[in-house]
Amino acid sequence: MALLTKDKSVVVPGEELASGMDYLPTNGTYRDGDKIVAARLGLLHIEGRLLKIIPFSGKYLPKRGDVIIAKVEDITLNGWRCYINSAYSALLNLRDASSEFIAKGADLTRYFTFGDYIVAGITNVTSQNIVDLTLKAPGLKKLGEGRIMHIDPNKMPRVIGKAGSMVNMIKEATDCRISVGQNGIIWIQGSPNNELVAVKSIEKISAESHVPGLTERIKKFLDKELKK
Amino acid sequence: MAYEKRLDGRKADEMRKISAKVGVIKEANGSAMFKIGDTVAYAAVYGPRNFHPKFLQNPEKGVLRCKYNMMPFSGAGDRVRPGGNRRSKEISMVIESSLASVLNLEDFPNAVVDVFIELSQTDAGTRCAGICAASMALADAGFAMKDLVASVSVGKVDGKVLVDLDYKEESYDGEVADIPIAVIPRSGKLTLLQMDGRVTKDELKKALELGKKACSQIYDVQKKALKSKFSGDKNE
Repeated sequence: MALLTKDKSVVVPGEELASGMDYLPTNGTYRDGDKIVAARLGLLHIEGRLLKIIPFSGKYLPKRGDVIIAKVEDITLNGWRCYINSAYSALLNLRDASSEFIAKGADLTRYFTFGDYIVAGITNVTSQNIVDLTLKAPGLKKLGEGRIMHIDPNKMPRVIGKAGSMVNMIKEATDCRISVGQNGIIWIQGSPNNELVAVKSIEKISAESHVPGLTERIKKFLDKELKK
Repeated sequence: MAYEKRLDGRKADEMRKISAKVGVIKEANGSAMFKIGDTVAYAAVYGPRNFHPKFLQNPEKGVLRCKYNMMPFSGAGDRVRPGGNRRSKEISMVIESSLASVLNLEDFPNAVVDVFIELSQTDAGTRCAGICAASMALADAGFAMKDLVASVSVGKVDGKVLVDLDYKEESYDGEVADIPIAVIPRSGKLTLLQMDGRVTKDELKKALELGKKACSQIYDVQKKALKSKFSGDKNE
């Protein structure tokens, strides 16, 4: 009947969150008898009757509809195999790669070669986590020169901010082009010094993502760093 | 000769001093240190990641792979030859099975989760310290778990039932039984129960009772360590 833990508190696996049937377990929680128990390390969020945990860590799990940054790892008969910062690799099929006609037996490295980074959408994920990518949507493209950084994919929503507010702030302040993938890979292009400031501020976001008042702090941080 | 007073002056149900820390290895996906007396265990979790050789993959769920290792000069005795031995292989296996029952790897078919446990300093109870560290490291790596696992060794030295035997007690000149256990604290279920030596049924019951109580204390330390990783940097 009662809540046993406060909203927005840090919970660990096995911690009892609520008792009775008034609350419902969702992401990262489970029901055991009349108790709701945490199954992951994270921040507890209570939305009405729903209890969920926003995890602090964990590797990227591909989801349909995600926009990610992938690295071309291998070339197969019918496409490109890409590294997506997950336990699984993804396949970019010839059909989904380009609006151009690609003839049979063409040299695929002319389009994407080993080590190229692309912004791609996930079209399909099977139960065995076989992942299909596409480049046929607005904004999906091959990335040029730039700096690649990896962060924890669970921190990505904070880096992006509400409707992209956080990443836009960094873009404007540093005058960098920034592309963020939901899998935790970020691409940054700008002048060398500003690139470094962008990297530093993103690292700061990812380290302090769970502490309130983040936007203000990042704003101050950017001002300070850019004045140097 | 009865073993009335413990060699280091502890009470029968008293453990050695415990401390724990999470996030000690930066490059790992999750890591933890667990120290009980002079036994120190470090655990690092990597994964889920691509699993090779392919024939070992499980298409239904991810595979947990543990590696227990004592560092060459960790013990009081001879140098431990590096590279694993029959003992470490068995201990790796029992640690694996004691953690598998709380860990949910259904989201990661065909992948593997590696847990490396290094003992930098040993004074008995190494597999228990290893399990405690590993379960914290798995939680730190963000895996879905029913609960943490707490573990301690109980035993009997010269007729007296004790908690958390150290090396001097394990090698005491008399009848000694050593019973490492691992407990899921919420349900009180055992995920590890081994025994060296002989005890009666009643003594075993009493030992397990003491062990479970000790494990709930360990669980509190584990919880605190996990939480302090995230509440600590608020003060920065």
